[in-house]
Amino acid sequence: MNIYTREVKNKLKSALLWSVSIFLLILMFMSFYPSISKDASMLVLVMENYPEEMLKAFGMIGVDLGTVAGYFTMSMLFTQICLAIQASNYGFSILSVEERELTADFLLTKPVKRSKIFFSKLLSAITALVITNASVWGSTFLWIEAFRNGKEYDPALFVKLLSVLILFQLFFLGVGMVISVSVKKIRSVLSFSMALAFGLYIISTIGSIIGENTLGYITPFKYFEPNTLIINGKYDPVMIYICVVVIIVSMLSSFILYSRRNIHSAS
Amino acid sequence: MKVIEISNLTKFYGKNRGIEDVSLSVEEGEIFGFVGPNGAGKSTTIRLMLSLIYPTSGQALIFGKDCIKFGHEIRNDIGYLPSEVFYYDRMKVKDLLKYSASFYKGNHTKRIKELADIMELDLNRKIDELSYGNKKKVGIVQGLLHQPKLIMMDEPTSGLDPLMQHKFFDLILEENKKGATVFFSSHILGEVQKLCSRVAIIKEGNIIKTEKIKSLLNDTYKKVFIRTGKNAGDATKFPGVSNLEIIDGEIRFLYKGDINDLIGLISKNKINDVNIEEPTLEEIFMHYYQ
Repeated sequence: MNIYTREVKNKLKSALLWSVSIFLLILMFMSFYPSISKDASMLVLVMENYPEEMLKAFGMIGVDLGTVAGYFTMSMLFTQICLAIQASNYGFSILSVEERELTADFLLTKPVKRSKIFFSKLLSAITALVITNASVWGSTFLWIEAFRNGKEYDPALFVKLLSVLILFQLFFLGVGMVISVSVKKIRSVLSFSMALAFGLYIISTIGSIIGENTLGYITPFKYFEPNTLIINGKYDPVMIYICVVVIIVSMLSSFILYSRRNIHSAS
Repeated sequence: MKVIEISNLTKFYGKNRGIEDVSLSVEEGEIFGFVGPNGAGKSTTIRLMLSLIYPTSGQALIFGKDCIKFGHEIRNDIGYLPSEVFYYDRMKVKDLLKYSASFYKGNHTKRIKELADIMELDLNRKIDELSYGNKKKVGIVQGLLHQPKLIMMDEPTSGLDPLMQHKFFDLILEENKKGATVFFSSHILGEVQKLCSRVAIIKEGNIIKTEKIKSLLNDTYKKVFIRTGKNAGDATKFPGVSNLEIIDGEIRFLYKGDINDLIGLISKNKINDVNIEEPTLEEIFMHYYQ
């Protein structure tokens, strides 16, 4: 419990910062909605002039930007990128930080099992992710209500959209963790997490542009692409399945690797 | 009872040697010195006992229990003082020590206060504001606050001023009197000589000698200086004499053997001055290191 408490305290500031950023991000996007929805037909005309590849890249094909849900997909994309960076940050850092800051000698010579350290740290990261996740839910419904301008929307669709976000976060957390315990040393967490988050985002974009579906199976940006949900009413179950498997396998292997890890001395 | 029992412990880092086939045991209540040059494997041995790293082969028993399987149990009674201390920078000393104490049963607030008073450590400072020596003090308090039965120290005194070193040794001796066993790795031999009863010498990953300090010092050469006006001709033939040098009537040599024979020889001659010295531990170890 002591490790968990300390770890949560440590991450609280970052979790709140991400929460506030997402709150402001969704506010910014939704505040444009009233004027855009008014001239929705104009917007459709403008969009037709854009190259198809570009629309595909931003996931704007097949959705009507005049509707609340259609417009919201854009803010969802940016929210996802934020969540991906945050979750990978935690993933890359929670197990590696003690070795990087040389505090491992302190923590690991205490009478605790490595498994307890692992689960305390994992749980604290999940706690921080849930805090930010809650902010996404709150901000989404708050700013939609504030700016929907009398337009109708289907709350059930948004519940579906948001309830998978935790899987999205856990994917990045798990992959970050397993990489961090597979390499000798993580020197800079931020560069790793940026690479993972943007790398997978770019792969998803390239997949959309060239219409190559198999690429989508390796990136959660594709698993949980909002317009898939809007068009089909559901996500691809195979992709959800892959995501869950990746989460379980990555966390399990992180656990095994961390339990066997040699902690080298500072000097 | 044996507090530490290491048998055939070997650790390779990939192809690089850490330690090879190390065996040693430490009895309850002993202050055991572990000496050797840098890179000989002192830290590797300690880190293996703490299961910070895992052995390639062999095993270490602490309090009779396997140090990996029962690591978390064993560590209840171990106080570890690392050579380099690094703590969560953003914490205050007080909070770090509280966090440290939270891993052990019981209330240790009083002991923290006592130790901090002895070591003159300000509990209200932030850790990243502390000097190296003061961080080291945090390390000492942190390692001793739960009254461990086994104190493991990896070059603990670097960065402490002589006065603090003295206080620290008094503290360790006091803990030892109360029953704590001490495993003390160092390359400062003066410290080892002052504190330890037995010592193991490690070189290039192998233990080359385990011996009581007293017998190490006794079973060894004496350094002899004799000043005499005369020629010292027959001394050269005397058994046990080596490294003989004669400069301007001053005779210097190393002697190994019964001291009475030597005194007998000296008394037969008229001499101006005699000086028989024990070599320092330093000189003895240099002999092993090389």
